[in-house]
Formats: sequence, structure tokens, C-alpha cells
Amino acid sequence: MLNATLTQLSEALAAKRISSVELTRAFLERIRKLNGELNAFITVDEAHSLEGAKRADERRAKGEAGPLNGIPVAHKDIFCTRALRTTCGSKMLENYTSPYDAYVIEQFERAGSVLLGKCNMDEFAMGSSNETSYFGPVRNPWDKRRVPGGSSGGSAAAVAARMAPAATGTDTGGSIRQPAALTGICGLKPTYGVVSRYGMVAFASSLDQAGPMAKSAADLAVMMNVMAGFDARDSTSLQRPKEDYTRGLNRSLSGLRIGLPKEYFGAGIEPGVQRAVEEAVRWFASQGAQSVPIELPNAKLGVPVYYVIAPAEASSNLSRFDGVRYGHRAKGYSDLADMYARSRAEGFGAEVKRRILVGTYVLSHGYYDAYYLQAQKVRRLIARDFAAAFERCDIVLGPTAPSAAFALGAKTDDPVKMYLNDIFTIPAPLAGLPALSVPCGFDAAGLPVGLQLMGNYFSEAVLLGVAHRYQQATDWHLRVPSETPL
Amino acid sequence: MAWEIVVGIETHAQLLTRSKMFSGASTAFGAPPNRNASAVDIALPGVLPVPNRAAIEHAVRFALAVKGAINRRSIFARKNYFYPDLPKGYQISQYELPIVQGGEIRFFVGETEKTVRLTRAHLEEDAGKSLHEDFHGMSGIDLNRAGTPLLEIVSEPELRGAKEAVAYARALHALVTWIGICDGNMQEGSFRCDANVSVRKTGDPRLGTRCELKNLNSFRFMERAIGFEARRQIELIEEGGTVEQETRLYDPERDETRSMRSKEEAHDYRYFPDPDLLPLVVEEKLIEKLRSELPELPDATRERFKSEYGLSAYDAQVLTGSRALAAYFEAVAKKADAKLAANWITGELSSYLNERNLSIESSPIATEVLAWMIGRIKDGTISGKIAKEKVFPDLWEGKTVALGKATLPALDAYIEAQGFKQISDAGEIEKRVDEVLAANERQVQDYRAGKEKAFNSLVGQVMKATKGKANPAQVSEMLKRKLSA
Repeated sequence: MLNATLTQLSEALAAKRISSVELTRAFLERIRKLNGELNAFITVDEAHSLEGAKRADERRAKGEAGPLNGIPVAHKDIFCTRALRTTCGSKMLENYTSPYDAYVIEQFERAGSVLLGKCNMDEFAMGSSNETSYFGPVRNPWDKRRVPGGSSGGSAAAVAARMAPAATGTDTGGSIRQPAALTGICGLKPTYGVVSRYGMVAFASSLDQAGPMAKSAADLAVMMNVMAGFDARDSTSLQRPKEDYTRGLNRSLSGLRIGLPKEYFGAGIEPGVQRAVEEAVRWFASQGAQSVPIELPNAKLGVPVYYVIAPAEASSNLSRFDGVRYGHRAKGYSDLADMYARSRAEGFGAEVKRRILVGTYVLSHGYYDAYYLQAQKVRRLIARDFAAAFERCDIVLGPTAPSAAFALGAKTDDPVKMYLNDIFTIPAPLAGLPALSVPCGFDAAGLPVGLQLMGNYFSEAVLLGVAHRYQQATDWHLRVPSETPL
Repeated sequence: MAWEIVVGIETHAQLLTRSKMFSGASTAFGAPPNRNASAVDIALPGVLPVPNRAAIEHAVRFALAVKGAINRRSIFARKNYFYPDLPKGYQISQYELPIVQGGEIRFFVGETEKTVRLTRAHLEEDAGKSLHEDFHGMSGIDLNRAGTPLLEIVSEPELRGAKEAVAYARALHALVTWIGICDGNMQEGSFRCDANVSVRKTGDPRLGTRCELKNLNSFRFMERAIGFEARRQIELIEEGGTVEQETRLYDPERDETRSMRSKEEAHDYRYFPDPDLLPLVVEEKLIEKLRSELPELPDATRERFKSEYGLSAYDAQVLTGSRALAAYFEAVAKKADAKLAANWITGELSSYLNERNLSIESSPIATEVLAWMIGRIKDGTISGKIAKEKVFPDLWEGKTVALGKATLPALDAYIEAQGFKQISDAGEIEKRVDEVLAANERQVQDYRAGKEKAFNSLVGQVMKATKGKANPAQVSEMLKRKLSA
């Protein structure tokens, strides 16, 4: 049961082979067993989860159950929940409980799923290794000396270690896809505006997008049916007709034009990653897909552009954490300025402070044009590159990350080295495009490798369909991490 | 050497909307602290702003009223600074692309009409309030006002001196209340002005260094603050000093301005487009709809009052001071002599209202009642004197309606009953005239000897004898006839 897909669990629940309470109990037990070493969850409230499961079973008994009714789902601790505290991985919000539920939480609640717990994450989603969390690093189930990626590292590790059948994440520069790749699971970052950001603690508003993380592309599709939708409380939420994300799962790959950007297959990629991705390319070719060499000449500017825009927005978004109304407030202070300074110095970790400083700097008088405005211009060029590419191909394929999971502490002293781990995931959110990561093999050390598929706006169903066909022919996504056997 | 005082005004007009600029919380004034502060106003983690359509429409109405250009696409920007009553740590405002650009305000300084151009008007949200008293050394924060929609209206530095600045501010105040986008309540802070003041030698084309004056809570304070500040700057320069650009606070207790923060201490607000909000797009269709709904504007009403009712420029100006006043006048003028109506409204009624600090909306005398009274003056039933001394005060006090609703027949009965009716009966007047002539032999002789003054005295005697009720024209005519006989 712990290793089943959402579809299988849904069927088992519908056939009453298992109850939601039993299922939830199984996952809670698994969490109890593994969380001490993996640290994937920040907060779990077993009683609350079981109550939710009981209600789901009651609904089922009354015949009011949809596909996700009774299925436990773990949520990144960036989504505000009334039931459990929402820390965002920060000391600043260590004891913060939201008086309202985020849109994503509401949607899963409405679908009848069970809130399994809140997952660890890099502090305020700033990080690529889950090492910036105030609650300690998350460990990779494939090798506990290694990181699970970030910032949705807790969600990724939870799904990979079978502590949750599915989880939510958020992606700003790769925070869903990179940890999915590093832990051997699937993750989708939808088109910007498809999932409401209401109730998601903001990191970089113009980039942040929530998405599903699960074992298979088909599971992602089922979750997207719950997560997508218009929400008037988010002005950037898009008003579009409701779509069924599972509709393209059985599409044929014949004639599919797959763009291979030369920038995604050059130097700087670990040989194990390169090999696995190229193997996948060959498989798609064998299925009648057509490889199209493309160029994304401005993609290489993605990292510097991202590290101007995201900190700029973050520096402003995080101003509300001032210790006045909620969150951490320093014990002793001499005056108002001192209260701000001490509360924020104590409440935020080093990476968050670094980004607030960078963001404040690039927005400052005299620097705005050279940094922020310039970055916005390049951002448009990156989007234009993709637009040109999608005239020639249907999807763009490449590695999700240049390397497999790296060792804890390996990059913590060198932020730039850490930032470069997002080199392939950053362009899609800068352009607002959907992209997903699916497992495509293992490197020589036995660590999972992620394959990234990027598509045009609103092409989630296409990406999911392509990934699903690939997963019908491969079993990378079904492998259970060696260090967390069932 | 003569000095010229140069003033530009920045006005924050609170827009009349039920809910806030970016949240659904109520904008009602006077609620217990933090009662009207929603999750968005408190800036809880994860909340997002949603623009208020009514506020946007008000900004468009304003643009149409001042003939400003409406940017079809404008941008909300964040103005970043830390303060406890600014929950997000930034204020959502508009910076590079405001919703309204240009426009003009026409107003009178005494009898002279002046036009001042507007730089821009933009939408923004208000901050909360910090309360520094009653908290034993701590500060209280009330976020009821946080997020209230404001239209910041910026004038060009084209005002010359305190009187012009105040006349501009009054005209702007009249306009925003006229078109119904602001209640204009200055005590509650619904209409707040800051003044940028500089001085220069007359004829110098360059602007001097300006100081921004804050805390101008009334038109009177505004006039005094600008006057003080201009004198301060002139004295400073004449003594060989230079004006430093700074923000200064007006202290009404001491009637002076004091430095609040210098240019060096000024914040770097790090403006940038708010990524939570899409560009604000104003559709042509909406503009046309709002244009068609816009009421006749004060300028047009003023001109119409002159041409349609034959009012003087001054009366037309006064009577268009507010939309309610103009409506009151027009309602009276439709039923009675317009010039008399103008005189009574700008004279007696206004002074009664002013003495009691009332607005025209709370006048106890309904328009049809005032029109009735003017009608009775005009048709000779009562004299102007009786109207002013007896009837109007009684109408004001409601003494005329002791029997119930003030129907017009009831009012006529009241005049009758009180004996206020003017004596126009020739026989009656003749009788009084004869009595006065008989009792004032000497004045009659004086008049006949050419002393004109004696005539007025005789008229007065007759009026006195009739307790002011005789028709003065008739009295005078009859006296003349009898004396020349």
C-alpha cells in the first residue's frame, strides 16, 4: 500500500479494500519510523490526520467521494493551514499558526484528502539543498549523507521514502523539479497563474508557483485536477476553462517534436546525468518522436537574472516579518529600529539575510536601472527564446539538474556554486512556462537522475502525457530508495 | 527686492468606497481599533491584494472632471519602508505610470479666476495609525485605516502664495465632493494636503529649494503654515543663508513649521512594480460609461447660473461651492425669484448655517419653504424686513410648523395669525399717513422748506405706526402725493 500510486490507492479506497483511516495510519507509522533520520516533516498531528481520515471514510459511506477522497497528502510548510502551524522553515514563524487555509489546502480539503503533515523546506523557499531550514536539513532517502535538493526537499524526501503517497511543493527557480530529480520522484511546476498563490507564503511573487509532487506523471495529473483553478483572491490567477489534466495521458509519441537545447547538453553536466538523459532521448526517438536541435541563447543568463529578480521581490515580500504583529520578536531592544533589527537578525537565517541584502541593493536608488530593470529585459529575452523554440518543437527536453544529489555541506560555503545547481530549472519560471521532472535513471553511485520536460504555456497535459508514456516503458519511478526499504 | 512664493500642493483624498483598496474590509470611520483590519490589512503571511474596482472608477471620474489623461494601462508599485503602522513594510502606490496624468483645476482668488495644472493623480492605500498616548510608554497600532483607498493629487508648482494655495485646495475639495468620490471630511482625515513651498526673486525663472509642509489639517492652518514658511525662507536667504530641502511639520499651537527630516534622512523607497498585481487596465467602455454618468461640473454649473438665472459672477461662484448648495439654490430658484433666492441663500441662510457650523444638507428650512417665503416677499404679502426679522427666524426654529407638517397653506395661515401681513390696503395706509402728517407739523414744514431728510423721517414714522407691516413703496408714494398737494 505504501508503494501504491494515487490511482491504485483511489481504487482500493473505492473498492473498500482499505479505509482512509487504515491508510493514513500506515503512512503515519512510516513517518514515525523514518522522520527521525530523514527530517522530511516539520509538523505532524496524528490525531488531526486520523480525524480527517475518519471524515473521509464517512463521506465515502455516504457516497460523496471523489478520486482523492481519503488519500493522505503532505504539504510543504509554505502553505498556510489552520490546523497545523506554518513555519516556512524559519525561526521567524516557528510558532505561527494561520487563521486561514491556503487555496491549495482548501482545494485538497474540498477533494476530501487527508492532511498528513507539513514538510520541511529551505527557509522561505530559499535554497537548493534544504540545508537552510531552521528545522535542520532533510536527508536524501537514497543516501542519507546527501541532500534531497530544495527548496521542496521535505516533500520530495517524504514521497521518495514512501512516507506520503503525494505532496505539494512550490517552485520559484526549480524548487519542485530539482528535489524531485534528486530523490527520484516526479514534480510539475505549472504555468504561472494556473494555481492560486493565495495562502502561499511569498518568496518571489512573479515566479512562485505551486505544483504537485508524486511518484508518477499520472499521479501528478490527478493532483493537478484538484490544484488548478481560478481564484479571485490572487490577482495573477488566470481565469480559464477547467481542464482535465489526465486527458492526454495516453497520447502517442509519434511525430512529437522534441527540442534539445544545445545549452542543456554542454559542459558542466555530470557524466552520469548526461548518460541517463541521452538514453531517454534515444528511447523517445525509438517511439517515433523527432529530435529537433534548438538554441536557447539567453538561458545561460537565467541564473544571474534570477538572482536579481527573486531577491528583489523577496526583500520586499519579507518586510512584513518585522516582529510587530506576529512571528519572532527579540526579547530585549532599545527602540523601534533596534526591535526590527534584532527581531529580523534573530528570526532569519544566513541565506535569507543574504537574499534580502542583495534584493535591497538591486532596488536601491541608482542601482535599479542597472540591475532590476536590466534583469527584467533579459527575462523577456529568455521568454522570447522559448517562444522561438516552440515554433519548431512541441516540448523542450534536457536534464533537470546538472548533477545528482550532492553531499550535505558540499556547497554551503559557496552560494554561487549552490545557485548554479538551478541552472536548468530557472529559465522556465522566468518565462512563466510549465515544466516537469521525471526520473530517468541512476548515476554510477546509484543516485537518481531527473529528466526535465518543458512546454509552452498551458501545455501541462501534453507534458504529463509524454512523461506518462515514458513511465509506461520504464520503471525508474517505481524504485524504492535503498536506504528506506519498505 | 520683491519675492515670489511658489507653492505646489499634494492632496490625499480618501475615496468613498465601502471596502478597502486591496481588501474586503470596511472603510467605516470610528470603529474600535483593528476591528476593520482583515488578514490582508494586517499583512498575514500568504495574503494577496485584489484591487477595488470602485476606487479605480473614482480615479477615472476625477480624471474626467479635471480633463486629465487616463492611462489605459497603469502600474501599481511598492514603496518600501519600515513602520509599525505599515503592516506589509511597503505601501502599494503608483509610481512611474499613474492612472491619471495632467488635468487642471480652475478656481477664484477673490474675483480673479485662475487655472492650475495638475501633474498627476494616482491610486494608493493608506497606512494605519500609531497611537503614542495612553499606552504607558508603548505605542498602540490601529490598522483600521490601513489599506483605505486614496487618490493622491499632485499640482504643478503654479500657486503663488498662501491665499492662492488655499483657494486651490478649497476648489479641489469642492470638486472631489461634488463628483462624489470623497466625503471631504478634513477632521477625519478624508482630505489631507501637504504643501511644497519655495521662494524666489520675482522674475527669476528658476525654482528655489522647496520644503514640504505636513500636518496642514485645515484650510486655515494651511494658509498660516505656508505664510510662516515663506517668511522663514525669505528671512533665511536675506540673512545670507540657504534653504535646505527638507520635510517640515506645522505646529498650530506655536504657529510655526519645524524640521521633521532632512533630504539626507529621506528614505530610499526602492519603488518597483508590485508583482502581486497585474497592470491596471482601464477599458474605453468604462471611461465612456463613467463620462455619461458624471454630473454637471462646478464650472459649467457656475456659468449656467449666470446665464440662466442672471446671477452675478460672485453669487454664481459662492452658490457652486458645493453640489448640495447648488442643488439647494436651484430648487429654490425654480419656484421663486432667482436673484432673491441667491440673496437669501448667500446671505441670511448662510450666516445662520455658518454660525451653527452646519452644512446646507442639514438646513432646517426646506427649499420649497424658502421659495414660498421669497414668493410672499415678491407678491407683497410680507415685507423684506418682516421676513428677515420674524418669518425667517421662525422658519429656522420650526415655529411655523407647530401644527404639524409645514404645508404652504399652513404657512400662509401662520403669517395671517402672527399679523405679519404687509399692509397694502390704500385706505389703511392713508389713514396712518394722515395721522403721522397731523402729528408732525414741523417735519412737514421742514420738508416743504426743502429738507429732504424730513421725508425719510416721515416714512419711518408711518412704518413704525404700522409695526413695519406697511408696504414701504406705497407709503412713500402716498406721502409724496399728500405733501405736494
